Amino acid sequence: MSRQASGLQAWFLQRLSAVYLLLFVVYFFTSLLVHGDFILYEWQEWFAHPVMTIATWLFFVALLLHAWIGIRDVVIDYIHPPAIRLLFLSLLMLLLTGCGVWMSFVLITASAF
Amino acid sequence: MHLNLLQIRLPPAGWLSILHRVSGVFLFLAIPWLIYLLDLSLGSGEDFVHATELLQSPLGSAVILVLMWALCHHLLAGIRYLLMDIDVGVDAPIYTNSAWAVLILSPALAVLLTAVVL
Repeated sequence: MSRQASGLQAWFLQRLSAVYLLLFVVYFFTSLLVHGDFILYEWQEWFAHPVMTIATWLFFVALLLHAWIGIRDVVIDYIHPPAIRLLFLSLLMLLLTGCGVWMSFVLITASAF
Repeated sequence: MHLNLLQIRLPPAGWLSILHRVSGVFLFLAIPWLIYLLDLSLGSGEDFVHATELLQSPLGSAVILVLMWALCHHLLAGIRYLLMDIDVGVDAPIYTNSAWAVLILSPALAVLLTAVVL
């Protein structure tokens, strides 16, 4: 039984991350709607702003956490042999961690810190 | 498992639940592509143009539309679940009406968001 996201912790983290994801998504799409078409430097300037860089980074952290908890439930529901389940969960962990490292590099290099 | 979709009869809340899971998996599969697009868009001028071309291509547009639906459904159904966590909308008829609202609002909102993105 995973200590990282067992039972109540997972339930709460999933809800908490969901709320932040919702706020960011609303902000992001409202910005797109209000701003209209972006030209390159406007788009890059937006993300270069330190507050936006951090908020976006937190968005991805929340997303990867939220995805881990959700997909882990799907794996547990449909994959029963222990060895295969462990394989899938390991691959899931690897993928999500890889995405986390990748997006961190993307955001840091894009930022104006 | 009984998986003949043509024979399964579910109330709207049941459909909501399955679609919530399906949309979640779909969104999860899109994560690496999302990061890739962001990477391109924050790169050089050519990369930025490449990202816009990918998005606005016929395949890209179709994928975005489906993705926006997945996002809207997962998000709206998720809000419905959050509200039920604090005991809001747990009884009939709100329980069923809210399920219908999500099922109908999602594609509508998705079309709007796709237009905004593209």
